[in-house]
Amino acid sequence: MTTEVKTKVIGKSVWRNEDPRLLTGMAQFVDDIELPGMLHAAFYRSDYAHARIKSIDVSAARARPGVVAVYTAEDFGDYWHVGPLQVPPPLAIKGAQFNARPLVPIAKDKVRYSGEPLAVVLAESRYIAEDALADIYADLEPLPAVTDMEKALEPGAPLVHDDLGTNLAADVYQQVGDYEAAKAKADVVIARRFFKDRCAGGAMENRGIVCAWDEKAQKMTVWCGTQAPIPMRNAIAKNLGLSEDQVRLVIPFIGGGFGPKVMTSMPDDVLLPWLSRKLNRPIKWIEDRRENFLATTSERDQIHYAEIALTKDGKILGVKDVFYHNTGAYDPYGMTVPLNTQTHTLGQYDVPNFYTQIKMVFTNKMVVTPVRGAGRNYGVFVMERLMDLAAKELKMDPVEIRMKNLIQPHQLPYKTGIIGQDFVENVLDSGDYPASLKKAVEMIGYEKFVKEEQPRLRAEGKWVGIGVVNFVEGTAVGPYEGARVTVGNNGKVVVLTGCSTQGQAHFTTFAQLVAEQLGVDVKDVHVTTGDTDQFHWGAGTFASRGITVAGSAVYAAATKVRAKALSLASKLLETPEEELELADGVVRVADLPSKFIPLGELAMKANPTRGTIEPGVEPGLEATAYYAPPHGATGYGTNAIILEVDKETFDVKIRRFVFVHDCGTVVNPMVAEAQIHGGVQMGIGTAFFEQLVYDDNGQLLNASFQDYLMPKATDMPMKMELGHLSVPSPLNPLGLKGLGEAGAIPPPAAYAQAIENAIHDVDFEILDMPLNPSRLYELVKAARKK
Amino acid sequence: MSKKVDIKVTVNGKLYERSVEPRMLLSDFIRHELGLTGTHTGCEHGVCGTCTVWFDGEPVRSCLMFAVQADGHEVHTVESLGTPDNLHPLQQAFMEKHALQCGFCTPGMLMTFAHFIQRHPNPTDEEIREAMAGNLCRCTGYENIVEAVKLAAQRMAGK
Amino acid sequence: MKPAAFEYYAPVSVEEALDLLDQLGYDGKILAGGQSLIPAMNFRMAQPHALVDLNRVKELFYIKSAPDGSLLIGAMTRDVTVEFDKMVAERLPVVTETMPLVGYYQNRTRGTYGGNLAHADPTGQLPTISVALGARAHIRSKTGERWVEMDDFYLGPFTTILEPQEMLVEVAYPALPPRSAASFKEFTRQVGATPMVGVAVLVTLDDKNRFKNAKIAYLGVGEKPYAATECVKVLLGQEATAEAIRAAAETAAQKDVDPGTDIHGTADYRRNLVNVLTRKALTQAVQSAKK
Repeated sequence: MTTEVKTKVIGKSVWRNEDPRLLTGMAQFVDDIELPGMLHAAFYRSDYAHARIKSIDVSAARARPGVVAVYTAEDFGDYWHVGPLQVPPPLAIKGAQFNARPLVPIAKDKVRYSGEPLAVVLAESRYIAEDALADIYADLEPLPAVTDMEKALEPGAPLVHDDLGTNLAADVYQQVGDYEAAKAKADVVIARRFFKDRCAGGAMENRGIVCAWDEKAQKMTVWCGTQAPIPMRNAIAKNLGLSEDQVRLVIPFIGGGFGPKVMTSMPDDVLLPWLSRKLNRPIKWIEDRRENFLATTSERDQIHYAEIALTKDGKILGVKDVFYHNTGAYDPYGMTVPLNTQTHTLGQYDVPNFYTQIKMVFTNKMVVTPVRGAGRNYGVFVMERLMDLAAKELKMDPVEIRMKNLIQPHQLPYKTGIIGQDFVENVLDSGDYPASLKKAVEMIGYEKFVKEEQPRLRAEGKWVGIGVVNFVEGTAVGPYEGARVTVGNNGKVVVLTGCSTQGQAHFTTFAQLVAEQLGVDVKDVHVTTGDTDQFHWGAGTFASRGITVAGSAVYAAATKVRAKALSLASKLLETPEEELELADGVVRVADLPSKFIPLGELAMKANPTRGTIEPGVEPGLEATAYYAPPHGATGYGTNAIILEVDKETFDVKIRRFVFVHDCGTVVNPMVAEAQIHGGVQMGIGTAFFEQLVYDDNGQLLNASFQDYLMPKATDMPMKMELGHLSVPSPLNPLGLKGLGEAGAIPPPAAYAQAIENAIHDVDFEILDMPLNPSRLYELVKAARKK
Repeated sequence: MSKKVDIKVTVNGKLYERSVEPRMLLSDFIRHELGLTGTHTGCEHGVCGTCTVWFDGEPVRSCLMFAVQADGHEVHTVESLGTPDNLHPLQQAFMEKHALQCGFCTPGMLMTFAHFIQRHPNPTDEEIREAMAGNLCRCTGYENIVEAVKLAAQRMAGK
Repeated sequence: MKPAAFEYYAPVSVEEALDLLDQLGYDGKILAGGQSLIPAMNFRMAQPHALVDLNRVKELFYIKSAPDGSLLIGAMTRDVTVEFDKMVAERLPVVTETMPLVGYYQNRTRGTYGGNLAHADPTGQLPTISVALGARAHIRSKTGERWVEMDDFYLGPFTTILEPQEMLVEVAYPALPPRSAASFKEFTRQVGATPMVGVAVLVTLDDKNRFKNAKIAYLGVGEKPYAATECVKVLLGQEATAEAIRAAAETAAQKDVDPGTDIHGTADYRRNLVNVLTRKALTQAVQSAKK
């Protein structure tokens, strides 16, 4: 009986608690906050990517009516400080070299990327603040910029950080087995150079912050759409020399995160709270779209020199991958992105010998930190491309060669021997990889397409191709998350966690986990994700970890509350616990539903105002719990697509789009599917539309939605056909695995394979991403000339 | 700063009299002068569609108009559609089909499609997608929005 | 991204507007639909001293037929009005077909036909079509008026022959001769995005289906709408066959245009698009002209 009740809540596509407010314009986002006496900030940013600062004249700006203050690095005096690193260096990896150059809040002496702030204006309105930017004169001596990762490491290259004497930010290698020995035995070795360029996080809501110092209370309140409330709160407290409880970070609704909003110690959250305290006035800064393109972190941008060694029957003996990772002007986020690349390169494949080396490079481009997919997609792209090239060389079918090399279910959990972003060895914890590939192949009708449809379409002169690629998605890394669950006197339940939410439906999925245990309506569970005065432990929402790490903590806390409720109700109803059930907001005798006590009443009784409570019993129907995984849980899947390339315009149209994935137990299928949908949009974007184009001087050439092409509804497949596998993770009680980034990972690899397959009459290779029609045209043209 | 201009604008049926600088964008006027923060701004250059409102009954980019231009005109924002307890059929369909995630682009989507359905009571998927090209969404991949618009259109047509 | 301050004028008649433009001279800038000007102002790439807002000048909103059969479109006619106008659909189906390609619906409800033409975006569809259709611009100032062929209207990117005191008040499309048809084709990376290349053609066939006249204009290959000459020479007098069209399209790509390379595409790719789109546009126009 009990089990059936449970399945009623977890695993059900419950409508979202947050939607009525979001749909009616009643949800508060950071720019919706208005405070009396609030000042508006605007940053004066460098047009040059690399320049020495000779002087900055802000006198005219200060004199402008409506301007309250203008600050340069000098004006911040001793408060100006570097860093800190948000993610520590990978000391767990033997021999790792890492040169920490965290962000500076505002440029001093030197500018290192175009868009770096040189001054901040505080004015009575954003309009006036922007007027004042035009009054500022910065005398900058331009320096030669370095943007190319390989050139940056050549002797004599301009130095981004002069004191370092090199542009090498990090050099980290890891290996399993002996690649060179394996290569010596191989029948076939294929080596290529691959490149993947940058994309923007592109949240529809730009970044923003509101901070207000209360002089009487000696307290700083900050509203910010951050993915990492607690780390930001702690950083602000440290910066200002306050104790943590003097800083309250409140997370309003967030208009999408996608990675860049995990950053703290950015100019805004370092400088503006300090200014608010100094001027004793609230300050608002809302980034505009141009600033978002220029000066909010972005990602991708790696060059790989990769090779694969195989036997003649297609068994992989080893893989070697030496890659350059462009960290941009600073490296505040440590090595999360390239370490993700290292742990994801081999994907689902059983490869006994692997050598992987990161050369992380400073350049005069914007700083790189994780963006949905976060390094995983390059590893997957490189490996899947190597598989395709090998299949071609060995005249094997791309699906066949993949099937031949998959890690088998009995090999799981599979220790990869590679240390990941969480500084522990990467373990593929659960799954059935062959089942995923088989399912995708069946869903897309691979056999029928290749044998019947494709020949027919080719005879009609069409360029129609198929691509099938595999991927893994490391999710749900530590360190931990926590949650407090409280039943109120009104019978409603409050859930608090420090893991903020950017659209992932946590207000509903966390509520489902609680409703499961407490037998209340999902609507009666109110979730607060990120108010540090209410709950102040946690790391944040990133790495597809929300539902798994925070969700497991929520579930554990709810489980404790359930136990408390049963224990107390058992006494009050004079019935053994095992004869009680929690349902419909009451605890009742299962066989005698008329004998019950409402949860609200129970909560009141659990918190008596007079009398005594038994020793060892904590008051209240409340509990706090934490969940800390030993290592991440690994989702995986297969992406199969059929697309058509226009023979004249080289535009690409998707005809079929199949996506098979496994995220373990699914809390809310509707939400899970939509996470894939959104990820796929970015995956398609980075395959064919989205590219932040920098010139050799480090200037971003497309800092607007006019020139930066984010996929629109008309660019997406008409239908994303999803296939679900559900192998529970052994790492947490519910068997959860994350999936937020899955969709963003494989599409570039799938596009490459399918496009090569479509343009069957030209011998060419796709080694760089993203593509666009012109680039495809040029590739084909060059191949035809040969 | 240039001279302020007195304007009278009817927003969601209510007349507002304000004095504004000519350069104040209609989007900022709606959000910060009137406090109707359901209308969002995402790009302020006319591509993302987040700031879509109705101006005399037609959807426009409120970031590409000045508030002074609305003097004597009628504006409708997302707040005019429904309330949390009484959702407009399109809002209801968005909820049922999970057509929003972070919800930031949603007010613009709703204002685009509440108008679109009036003109296309029985829309095809292609028509919906074409109409959506003027609104960006980063979360949903758009598919569920297509489904929601179809569902709302059916219900509104009484099918 | 907030615009710089400006003086604001909202005249209600053409006379009043022309007076203002006359007084303001180089300080004055016309605000029509604002769908290109306001983004530029939000980026502060444009910082006009004064705006003369024509949105209250009712007399500039019209579509009508002239006695000589020309179709007249008032400068402030909204793009959507043109898009759904029956007379336009009847007389100039190419315009009706092209209107949905101009930005997005939410831009076209506000954007104006004359504003689009006067903005002189080298990737604009309407300027290119107007050149191909042999349209004429009606220009007025406080001191006079003039009629200018759209061919001569454009000087360069975002630059026209309009003097600061002048205003485009109307564009006139001459009635098409018998056995004539126009078509427009473009290639964009995304629906509603800036086209990479576009071509507008107007062809007139004689009774033996030979090209009697042709006008071919491009967007995206130069600094302004570009009327091709070499490919037209290839066509004139030839029978309107697929081969003749192919030859003209090849000529257009190889001899007429000299496109540049930018972040969206190479010069050579654009030449390829010129070839493909010219062929498609001519093919469609010829089919329609034969009917």
